[in-house]
Amino acid sequence: MKLLSRSLLAASALALMSAAPALAKTFVYCSEASPEGFDPAPYTAGTTFDASAHPVYNGLVEFKSGTTEVVPALAESWDVSEDGTVYTFHLRKGVKWQSNDVFTPTRELTADDVVFSFVRQGDATNPWHEYIPGITYEYYTSMEMPDLVKSVEKVDDLTVKVTLTHPEAPFIANLAMPFMRIVSQEYADTLAKAGTKEDFNNKPIGTGPFKFVAYQKDAVIRFQKNPDYWGEAPKIDDLVFAITPDASVRLQKLKANECQLMPFPAPADLATIKADPNLKLDELPGLNVAYLAYNTTVAPFDKVEVRKALNMAINKQAIIDAVFQGAGQVAKNPIPPTMWSYNDAVTDDAYDPEAAKKMLADAGVKDLSMKIWAMPVQRPYMPNARRTAELMQADLAKVGVKAEIVSYEWGEYLKKSMEEGRDGAVILGWTGDNGDPDNFLSVLLSCAGAKTGGSNRAFWCNEEFSDLLTQAKKTSDVAERTKLYEQAQVIFKDQAPWDTLAHSTQFVPMRKNVTGFTMSPLGDFTFENVDITE
Amino acid sequence: MIRFLLTKLLYLVPTFLGITIVAFGFVRVLPGDPVLLMAGERGLSPERHAELAHQLGFDKPVWAQYFDFLTRLLHGDLGNSLVTKKPVLGEFLTLFPATVELGLVAIIIATLVGVPVGVLAAIKRGSWFDQVSMTAALVGFSMPIFWWGLLLIILFSGILQWTPVSGRISLMFFFPQVTGFMLIDSLLSGQKGAFLSALSHLILPSVVLATIPLAVIARQTRSAMLEVMGEDYVRTAKAKGMPYSRVVMVHALRNAMIPVITTIGLQVGVLLAGAILTETIFSWPGIGKWMIDSISRRDYPVVQSGLLMIAAIVMLVNLLVDLTYGLINPRIRHK
Amino acid sequence: MTETATNTPTVKLSDAAIRRRMLADFWFHFKQNKGAVAGMIVFVLLVVAAVFAAVIAPHDPTQQYRDALLVPPLWQEGGRADFLLGTDAVGRDMLSRLIYGAQYSLFIGIVVVSIALVGGIVIGMVAGFFGGWVDTVIMRVMDVILAFPSLLLALVLVAILGPGLLNAMIAIAIVYQPHFARLTRAAVMGEKEREYVTAARVAGAGNMRLMFKTILPNCLAPLIVQATLSFSSAVLDAAALGFLGMGAQPPASEWGTMLAEAREFILRAWWVVTFPGLAILISVLAINLMGDGLRDALDPKLKKS
Repeated sequence: MKLLSRSLLAASALALMSAAPALAKTFVYCSEASPEGFDPAPYTAGTTFDASAHPVYNGLVEFKSGTTEVVPALAESWDVSEDGTVYTFHLRKGVKWQSNDVFTPTRELTADDVVFSFVRQGDATNPWHEYIPGITYEYYTSMEMPDLVKSVEKVDDLTVKVTLTHPEAPFIANLAMPFMRIVSQEYADTLAKAGTKEDFNNKPIGTGPFKFVAYQKDAVIRFQKNPDYWGEAPKIDDLVFAITPDASVRLQKLKANECQLMPFPAPADLATIKADPNLKLDELPGLNVAYLAYNTTVAPFDKVEVRKALNMAINKQAIIDAVFQGAGQVAKNPIPPTMWSYNDAVTDDAYDPEAAKKMLADAGVKDLSMKIWAMPVQRPYMPNARRTAELMQADLAKVGVKAEIVSYEWGEYLKKSMEEGRDGAVILGWTGDNGDPDNFLSVLLSCAGAKTGGSNRAFWCNEEFSDLLTQAKKTSDVAERTKLYEQAQVIFKDQAPWDTLAHSTQFVPMRKNVTGFTMSPLGDFTFENVDITE
Repeated sequence: MIRFLLTKLLYLVPTFLGITIVAFGFVRVLPGDPVLLMAGERGLSPERHAELAHQLGFDKPVWAQYFDFLTRLLHGDLGNSLVTKKPVLGEFLTLFPATVELGLVAIIIATLVGVPVGVLAAIKRGSWFDQVSMTAALVGFSMPIFWWGLLLIILFSGILQWTPVSGRISLMFFFPQVTGFMLIDSLLSGQKGAFLSALSHLILPSVVLATIPLAVIARQTRSAMLEVMGEDYVRTAKAKGMPYSRVVMVHALRNAMIPVITTIGLQVGVLLAGAILTETIFSWPGIGKWMIDSISRRDYPVVQSGLLMIAAIVMLVNLLVDLTYGLINPRIRHK
Repeated sequence: MTETATNTPTVKLSDAAIRRRMLADFWFHFKQNKGAVAGMIVFVLLVVAAVFAAVIAPHDPTQQYRDALLVPPLWQEGGRADFLLGTDAVGRDMLSRLIYGAQYSLFIGIVVVSIALVGGIVIGMVAGFFGGWVDTVIMRVMDVILAFPSLLLALVLVAILGPGLLNAMIAIAIVYQPHFARLTRAAVMGEKEREYVTAARVAGAGNMRLMFKTILPNCLAPLIVQATLSFSSAVLDAAALGFLGMGAQPPASEWGTMLAEAREFILRAWWVVTFPGLAILISVLAINLMGDGLRDALDPKLKKS
């Protein structure tokens, strides 16, 4: 009953709004999945951030549209102390909080809100830390913020000082990530008083370009232009997310102009989209990599020659053609070409089954049979692991290697593939979080990552490589870091712990009359600059 | 009657307990660690893993977890989803009307078409109508509905563009959710065209979902009619010179309806299973799709409580069918 | 009339003759049903396709022709003579995959029905024969299983056992088994007080012998009908599980799995979506037609109408 009356209340507030929209410009986005919630901090899915962090909230800093460059947002500027451990942020003045049917802000954005946004995630004793039973802050934890952030203090109403335990170059990029959006402490207090804390996650209040209006689970999310937005006002009046999980259905809707833009078209449909006079297709290389990780601790995969031979036996271009349907490029480095420090001088081991056969024979490997792990789910970096594995299986057969394809339920897959002494090579991949090379190399290939709970699925521990990464983390000089990472990529290719498979290309089909949409290398969908021309 | 009802209800208690054990037990033996799944490619340190497991109560012994589950169940608390962190009951209640609406419309279509077809086929036994309709019914009964749905989408939404592809109503319309039934809410909203829009969105999924029940009902009606028309009293009525249509409508149909009503009631389980496929194909935001998604996400509380509630619904509907049967046929009551 | 023939076990003279007469009687009724005969012909063709797949199929079903991705069927523009029904996304011949797919479907049907039938008979027999608390417990458990929609329960079971054809079959068999148990129990309860059973008991037959040799043969008719019904449902449900990604795993050419893999090509390559579904429909229809014929021929009550 309570549920019903609350939605009625919300609805009556909306009725006012929906009565007017004679000439309102509505933009419909056929999104791919339901948001988990509307508070970005506890969640990790991109679809959640597209519906919360990007339209509704702002961070202290944000990624510049279409890039991984960090630019000021709610913090107009910041200073870093000599030793790199104290960051002082100067907040923008006059930033207004949004309002809804249960909350009308009495003050603008202050340092209190920023401090609150940090401590509610980092301090387990904060009353808002677990405002919903079972809630956790996985991104905050996994970016190692609890160890990194020593204190967050309010200096005055518009100044915040963050002290770190050690210098960490990627810290500022972390702050631009969706989990570090600034939330309103006043709103939290209001809800706590009303005893409806869970609304913090259901009816978000932020400072962003759009106000949250309503969400029908698994169906529709509605936003409305925020008239008090501090930045440039959005050009559309209403923003609607029509949740449509199936790619071919999304395309149907786009063709019928039921929505104006969609993510993740099926590779098979790209040709149709290009041929349609009413549609256009934007593309951008994704900030990701798909790889096949050998277990470098198990014979015969502990031998570099064997790994290289297998790499040469696999026809990666065929995978790009058949699995990615051309929507990707062959990878040679563990980081994508759009990322700074990408070493284009590295040469890949070319596809050459004959040479591969010989190398295997020279290494004394005969009648090798191995397992290929194919993940059971579709990911942005890998449209169909099963099909990829089948192609590999056929390729390996040509050099006399018998491959068996295995798969597990996704969670199980992630766990088992990280178990010590794992049998077989694993297909997996990674999508960058913040555009920093460290976010690929350290996570996926450092010695520290080669243990339970890590993500180094080749169990590859190369001291020289790891040392380079540690050095690169300590300095914030980008030129120097670039040099170190370039060197690391050379070592990587030389040792071949993976077969680097592909970097997928992201496509975004939209109606011809959509303007102002910029694709994000991080895979975000933001609509503050989008417009529809007649 | 009261005693009959009470014994029936008493019977349900152990079954219900069994259902709680099954729902809980299944979910416990599901492979895959929900905590790890939450972390994805990122991975978790063993310490953090233990911490999260503790927070979610997965570190307790299984019997203690089951006891917790039962206790909370008695308080009407079905736990929180691991993915959305929201109460399962609330999510169920927001999605359930969509499934019920789809199911009700499907069963109405199946009944309104199936019963007359069955009756007519029985009356004109052996005619071309009988043969064609019964062949069609058998085809419907044999239909892989997930494929059938795809075909209809290609035809009606793709080629002909008569019906929308998915969703419950055009996004143009926006009104408060009062009952959760889009057809009713669209009428209540008073917005022009809203009802038609809702109807056009509902038509393909409900036809797909109705396919198998329709076939079953048509076949059942036909054979029930044939059986009744062979009974003495119908033959007597006919012999007495009663008009044929009256014989059919008054005597035969009324008696043939008893097994048919039971058949319709028993379609609820079929509908719920069909809803899983139909909702997946049409992206219909109901509990079928919710369950599938939750199983693949290992969202323990959702799967366990969803199983429980779905089974409870089937059980209650079966009870209602039993009771109706008991009312119509007093012999069963005293057995 | 079949009942009266076996109801008098004292007339032990010609078991074989009785059986022959029953069979002839059955065939007489069965062949009157044109649909059933047609279904049987299609079913036989399916069996032939499955058994001789290696001979009939023009290609290896897993062979990928990298130069022939998504080739349309022969009669359509761009079709090629060596791929009669076209190829799929990785260049495998559709026709060959469909032919090999028949193996999966028949195998699924046979295995599921066998497990469910044997399990159901044993459980139902025990419940019906011993009665009392054994019966109560067993039947409550069956009630619990039946309270879940079959596909949902099968889905959860497959999720537990891990996706794959074998596990899908086990899951479906578990879900179907209560129907057989209930039928057997009902039949046994009806039969066990009959004179011929008492006679056998007095003659010193053990419980096992009583259950499976004396009573069981007289309960077979409804079980056979249920078995054909289950056969077709099993094919459908296994395909549905495959479609949801929980059944046979690629590259297996199981029809539902093929359909699931083909879904993304729904707008671009109609043949990869249409043919597997059609194959499912035709085989299920054939089995159901046969099932109808069987029921009419075996069920004396319906026979007269």
